[in-house]
Amino acid sequence: MYTSLAQIRTDLESGEINLPKLVNNYLETIQEKQHLNAFLEVYEIEAKERAAIIEKKIEAGVAGKLAGMVIGLKDNIVYKGHKVSASSKILAGFESLYSATIVERLLAEDAIIIGRLNCDEFAMGASNENSAFGPVKNALDESRVSGGSSGGAAVSVQAGMCLLSLGSDTGGSIRQPASFCGLYGFKPTYGYVSRYGLIAYASSFDIIGPIAHNIEDLKLVMETIAGSDENDATSVQQAIPSFLQLPKETESKRKFAYIKETLETEGVEPAVKAETEKFLKELISKGHQVDAISFDLLSVMVPVYYTLTTAEASSNLARFAGMHYGFRSQNAVDLESTIKKSRSEGFGPEVKRRIMLGTFVLSSGYYDAYYSKAQKVRRLVKNKTEEIFKNYDFIISPTSPTTAFKIGEKSDNPLAMYLADIFTVHANIAGIPAISIPNGHDTNGLPIGLQIMAPLGKDAALLNLISTL
Amino acid sequence: MNEVNTIDFDKYEAVIGLEVHAQMLTKSKAYCSDPYTYGGEPNTQVSPISLGHPGTLPKHNKAVIENAIKMGIACNCSIASHQYYARKNYFYADLPKGYQITQDKTPICTDGKVSIRMKDGSERHIGITRIHMEEDAGKSMHDQDVYHSLIDLNRAGVPLIEIVSEPDIRAGEEAYQYLSEIRKLVRYLDICDGNMEEGSLRCDANISVRIKGAEAFGTKVEVKNMNSMRNVQRAIDFEIERQITALEKGEKIYQETRNFDAIKGRTLTMRTKEGASDYRYFPEPDLPPLHITETFLESVKMQMPELPAALYEKFTKAIGLSEYDAQVLTENKDIAAYFEGILKHTHNAKAAANWLMVNIKGYLNEQALEINDFALQPAKIAEIISLIDENKISNSAASQRLFPAMLEEHHLSALQLAEKLNLLQESNSDELNKWIADALGKFPEKVEEYKAGKKSLTGLFMGEVMKASKGKADPKAATKLLIEALEKA
Repeated sequence: MYTSLAQIRTDLESGEINLPKLVNNYLETIQEKQHLNAFLEVYEIEAKERAAIIEKKIEAGVAGKLAGMVIGLKDNIVYKGHKVSASSKILAGFESLYSATIVERLLAEDAIIIGRLNCDEFAMGASNENSAFGPVKNALDESRVSGGSSGGAAVSVQAGMCLLSLGSDTGGSIRQPASFCGLYGFKPTYGYVSRYGLIAYASSFDIIGPIAHNIEDLKLVMETIAGSDENDATSVQQAIPSFLQLPKETESKRKFAYIKETLETEGVEPAVKAETEKFLKELISKGHQVDAISFDLLSVMVPVYYTLTTAEASSNLARFAGMHYGFRSQNAVDLESTIKKSRSEGFGPEVKRRIMLGTFVLSSGYYDAYYSKAQKVRRLVKNKTEEIFKNYDFIISPTSPTTAFKIGEKSDNPLAMYLADIFTVHANIAGIPAISIPNGHDTNGLPIGLQIMAPLGKDAALLNLISTL
Repeated sequence: MNEVNTIDFDKYEAVIGLEVHAQMLTKSKAYCSDPYTYGGEPNTQVSPISLGHPGTLPKHNKAVIENAIKMGIACNCSIASHQYYARKNYFYADLPKGYQITQDKTPICTDGKVSIRMKDGSERHIGITRIHMEEDAGKSMHDQDVYHSLIDLNRAGVPLIEIVSEPDIRAGEEAYQYLSEIRKLVRYLDICDGNMEEGSLRCDANISVRIKGAEAFGTKVEVKNMNSMRNVQRAIDFEIERQITALEKGEKIYQETRNFDAIKGRTLTMRTKEGASDYRYFPEPDLPPLHITETFLESVKMQMPELPAALYEKFTKAIGLSEYDAQVLTENKDIAAYFEGILKHTHNAKAAANWLMVNIKGYLNEQALEINDFALQPAKIAEIISLIDENKISNSAASQRLFPAMLEEHHLSALQLAEKLNLLQESNSDELNKWIADALGKFPEKVEEYKAGKKSLTGLFMGEVMKASKGKADPKAATKLLIEALEKA
């Protein structure tokens, strides 16, 4: 199993393998591991055709910088002429008329898109159990969840069904499944990757990012997809630093902060705490500065996140009404019943829960108490985070309080499930970049993830740090 | 009818505020680059963005922002330097996203006023609460198919500005004048075609009545679907009468939305307050907040034409036209510009105004043309005026013969054409005296009668002179010489 583009490139050059054969291998693996439920659709013919074309380009020496990279797309990123469903029944039969900006950019550099990947419905979940198409199984222990919401994106890479995948992260949906599957998952600075063509969950939180086996592949893909996009008014306006150039900084000793409360919070598994502490000690032994700091807003992070994301979601998901595309209820008789029945029958329970929560917090009479207040606290979190970064280069925490839990273990307890996001939502609330990297295993051999957050716009610096650690 | 006759309507005062939606004449839609023209084949002027497809995002349209600012300046508003867009959430078949992008708490323009002139010449000021930018919805058609409602999404996403007045309007006629002023302004600014029949200018009215002198407002009723300025006036007048009559009967006014039926001339209940929606406004997260810099504001001001109020001021004060003439000439930007064009070549403003308002407008109306389609350059009209002023041609010959001829032969100057048509007047005394002598010689007995005191006989002699000169005698000069000759005879 290939775990880096560099390996693939070496074998392509030596003639050990060619692109059509590589794609066939992936297709075979997908077939073999179908029961993991990672893929919702495989673009077999198309992937083979593109492999043949790009193989010729490689021979002619004109191939793009992602030639040889076979990737999967989370089922909330649109691709022209292909079905997309956000793992929801409500988009049944819908095919996109256009491609997401990142899809265009990946294809332009000769990546091969091999299929679309299962996820929690509309990216709402932390276990992939909210998919209309069933949970994704963790390849390391099939009784356990993949994490979510980009569960298919993590497991497809974990199980060698593609080299890299693109997911989306609204509150940890890239980092947490990457952590559960022993992979690298990167959530860029808000606006650094265009959201055009990403089916919106919560617009001011959503971002697209990659999941891979190693940091160099993440950099290469970020170099391809990141940057300004005229189709996304919230995308970064100025040019951003290259991910491929080595940093010029001479200072090799860094200042790390870790939030005390993240290791003391109830529910952090002992192994997770121990491995995180071990990592911190190693940093100290390498001469870096590591300080414990206090962050008194940690307890309000999850409430703020769910207040604001559900508010935005209640509006973003209003377009799915059985009217112009996708699923329409057979029981509808007029305008009102078309909307009500299509939505009632088309959305799953978690999506409905969040739409109702969001509708409530935006209602007149409750707006100030919930939405406005949460916006103010979001501002506070941003300010406090900036304060920390005045003194520190990076903030460290576990990615998740636990390792991959059992399928069904938390699915009846939404609050417990929401707390799985406790460490990851911070980066989305503040808009800052954050990565989850593999950091040891628990006693069951399940991977533990470590999260490192960096200041706004320090995406390349963060990825470079991982390369040098 | 008897009841109505016994009601003292003057005891009451109406309180009316108007909400005017003006569709922008921008090349593309509000938040994407789809083009839009009225009357296109249904669902052809759309894209994934205006169809609200999953994953699409809106983007700013700079022209809409400029237009809104122009209208704000024209209405003497303050322009907000910091503002954000908001989503107004509601479900409807012709609203693809399930929300409308609009502005809520931070409209681009606030606190303005518009001056209107009533028929009796009095002036009134109507306050402008706010002007904000938003997008239009598509159109639902309920009468095209027996079993289905059909949806046309061409209009979805077309940019609008909404102009909200203060409740300063007191009668249907004021509403009419206010709306005329708003239409005049959007047309001057070239930001909306102002066509109420096609719906590019739409008006909703909030109407209540109260006893004169009362401070509290009465219960307000919203009236919609008035698709002409005249209907706005009719609907308001009907509604005021309906509300007063109801109150006099001891009935209650309910807060509701009413439709105007133009055929029956009355308003009818459309929906009551109970059905009102909670729109759950919140800041639009897909568009960053907007900052209007001084530089941008200045650049927009530079693009603005002279406004009707300023032109009216200039025409009445500096040029000395009557208020009526100034009013008529500033009704339309192109007419005003043509008028100023004539004034570049002549100082006779009154004549320029008359030529434009009578001869040219008459011709345009007859031919159903706009001033921009008019073939004659303003300089040519000034040439005609000069010929008249120099007594080279009579007013009637100019209107009846020279002007129509010039419409046919644009390449000749007015003087050349007058010569060609033999319309130039004779003011040479020798020529004139010859014709006068002939006339006097023809009727010696009339000369005697004149001398005996029958002064009205000058008309007879002038007639003869004109006949002999084939109409070319300059009437002024000829009259003077004729009287001299008669006195001497």
